Amino acid sequence: MQPAIELRGVTKRFLTPSGGVYTALRELDMTIGVGEFCAVVGPTGCGKSTTLALISGLEPASEGEVDVFNNPVKGIPDGIGYMFQADAVFPWKTVLENVAAGPRYHGLSSRDARDRARDWIARVGLAGFEDRYPYQLSGGMRKRVALAQSLINEPRILLMDEPFSALDVQTRSLMENELLGLWAASSASVVFVTHDLEEAISLSDRVFVITAGPGTVKSNYKVDLPRPRNVAEIRFQPHFIEIYEEIWKDLKDEVLVSYERQKRGAA
Amino acid sequence: MSIEAGGREKAETRPLVDLVARRRREHGQRRLKVQGLRLLVAVVVLGGWQLGAQVSDCNSTGHLCVVDKFFWSQPSDIAQKLWTWLTQGTDLGPIWDQVLVTMEETVGGFIVGSILGVIFGVALGRSRLLADVMGPYIKAANAIPRVVVGALFAISLGLDIKAKIATAAILVFFVVFFNAFQGVREVDRNLVANARILGAHDRQLTTEIIIPSALSWIIASLHTSFGLALVGAVVGELFGATQGLGELIYAAKNNFDAAGVFAGMALLAAIALVAEALITALEDRLIRWRPPVTTETRI
Ligand SMILES: Nc1ncnc2c1ncn2[C@@H]1O[C@H](COP(=O)(O)OP(=O)(O)OP(=O)(O)O)[C@@H](O)[C@H]1O
Ligand SMILES: [Mg+2]
Repeated sequence: MQPAIELRGVTKRFLTPSGGVYTALRELDMTIGVGEFCAVVGPTGCGKSTTLALISGLEPASEGEVDVFNNPVKGIPDGIGYMFQADAVFPWKTVLENVAAGPRYHGLSSRDARDRARDWIARVGLAGFEDRYPYQLSGGMRKRVALAQSLINEPRILLMDEPFSALDVQTRSLMENELLGLWAASSASVVFVTHDLEEAISLSDRVFVITAGPGTVKSNYKVDLPRPRNVAEIRFQPHFIEIYEEIWKDLKDEVLVSYERQKRGAA
Repeated sequence: MSIEAGGREKAETRPLVDLVARRRREHGQRRLKVQGLRLLVAVVVLGGWQLGAQVSDCNSTGHLCVVDKFFWSQPSDIAQKLWTWLTQGTDLGPIWDQVLVTMEETVGGFIVGSILGVIFGVALGRSRLLADVMGPYIKAANAIPRVVVGALFAISLGLDIKAKIATAAILVFFVVFFNAFQGVREVDRNLVANARILGAHDRQLTTEIIIPSALSWIIASLHTSFGLALVGAVVGELFGATQGLGELIYAAKNNFDAAGVFAGMALLAAIALVAEALITALEDRLIRWRPPVTTETRI
C-alpha cells in the first residue's frame, strides 16, 4: 500500500511556562496508507492531539521526519482536513457561512460555495439550520457543522480529534455510520483519535496504541472485520470482542501508568 | 393519533401562553418602575438645586447660602438660557450652527481616530516584530497628557476645523488602538488554526477571523472614545475658535455666565447620549452572532 502519512522517529518537545522542556512525543513511528482508516488510542495527555498537529503542519517536529504523500511537511500540506478537539467553528459566521468558508478560501465564488455548502449541511442532517449562529446550536450540532466544514474540501487526509465524544450514543452511531459511508466513497485516509476503544475498532482498519506520555507507538493492530460495517451492531460479533480484548490488554497498562502518574502528581 | 397529539398540544400551550403574557406584564411593570424612579432622581436633583438657589442669599454675609446662583446658576436660568439660544440665537450665531460645528469636529475626529486605531492595532497585533519595535514609543506617547497636543495643532493647523479634528482623533486613537491590539492578541488560536487548515490566506485570516474576533473589543472601546472625541473637540475650541459649543462655553465663562456654561454642557451631554445610542445600535448590528446578554422577555 502507498503511504499517505509517514512519521519516522518523531520527537516533539514543548517549552513549559516554567522554562523547562516537556517531551510530548518520543521516537514515534507511524505509517498510514492511502485510503486507510486508522484509529489512535492512548491515555489522556499521551500526545494524540500533538501527533495530529504535526501531520497537519500546524506544529513542527523537534526531531524526526513527517511526510505526507512522500513530501516532507513544511506548512500545511494540500488536501488536509482537520476536525479539532476543541470547538473551532467560527462564532460570527452562520452555519452556511461556516461550511462555505473552505471552498471560498479555495477560490470558489461566494454563490457556488454556498450552493455546495447547502448540500453538505443537508448531508450532516442540519438542513433548516443554515442561518443559525453557532451559539444557537447544541454541542452535537456544532460538531456536525465542523464535520461538514472539513469534508466539503474533500480532503485526501482527514484528521479527526475525538470528533464524536460529545454526542449521545444514538447520534454517535448515526454519525459514525455516516462517516464510514462518506469515507468509503472518497478514498481518503483518516486518522481518528479517540478515547473509546470500541469506537476505534468498529470504525478502523488499524488501531495504534500510544504509550503514556512521552508518547510513542506501543503496538498497532489490524482490524480485519468485513466492510461495510454497521457500528451499532458490529460490537456484538465474537471476532470484534476478540480484537477488543487483545488491544485492551495493551491499552490498560498505559492507562494505569498514566492514572498512577496523575494521582501522584496531584498528591 | 393526530387528535390525541393535538389535544395534548393544546393542554401544553395554554399555560405557556399564560406564562408569556405574565412575563410580558412583569417586564412592562418593571420598565415603568425604572422610568418612574429615573424621573424621581431628576426631580430630586434639579428640584433640590433650584430650591437651594431660591432660598439662598449669598450677597450679604450672615444669611443662608446653600447654592450661590452666581457661581452655580439654577435650573430655571439654564432652561431660560437654552430657550434664548434656541429662539434668538447666541452671541456667536444660531445655536444649531454651534452644535453642528462641534458635531463635525467630534465625528470627524472620532472616525479618523477609530480608523487609524484599528489599522495600527491590527497591524501591531498581527506582527510581533512591529509590536516589539513600536511598543515603547506608543507607551511613551500614551503617557503624555494628550490634550496638550491640541495646543500644538492650534499652532500648526490654524484655527479651523482641522486642528479640532486632530485633537479629537488623537484622544480616540489610543483608546481604540489598545483595544484593537488586545483584541487581536486574544483571538482564539484554534479558530486561526481552523481557518488556515481550511485554506485561508493571510488577508482572509485578517478580515474574516482576526477582525471579527477583535470587533467586540473594538466596539466596546468606541463607547468611551466618542466621549473622548467630544472632549478633544471642545478642548480644541478652547485653544482658539470662532464657532462651536466649546467656544460658546468659553465665551460664557469670560462673562461669568454660569447658566451659559451649564447650558453648553447640557447640549454636549445630549450629543453624547444620542451618539451612545447610535453606537449601541451599531454594536447590535455588527455583533449579531453573540448570544444576547439579557433577553427582553424571558420565559
Ligand atoms: N503548547 C504546549 N505547550 C506545552 N505543553 C504542551 C503543549 N501542547 C501539549 N502539551 C503537552 O503535551 C502532552 C500531550 O498533549 P496532547 O494534547 O497531544 O494530549 P492528548 O493525547 O491529545 O490528550 P487528550 O486525550 O486528553 O486530548 C500533554 O502532557 C500536554 O500537557
Ligand atoms: Mg487531545
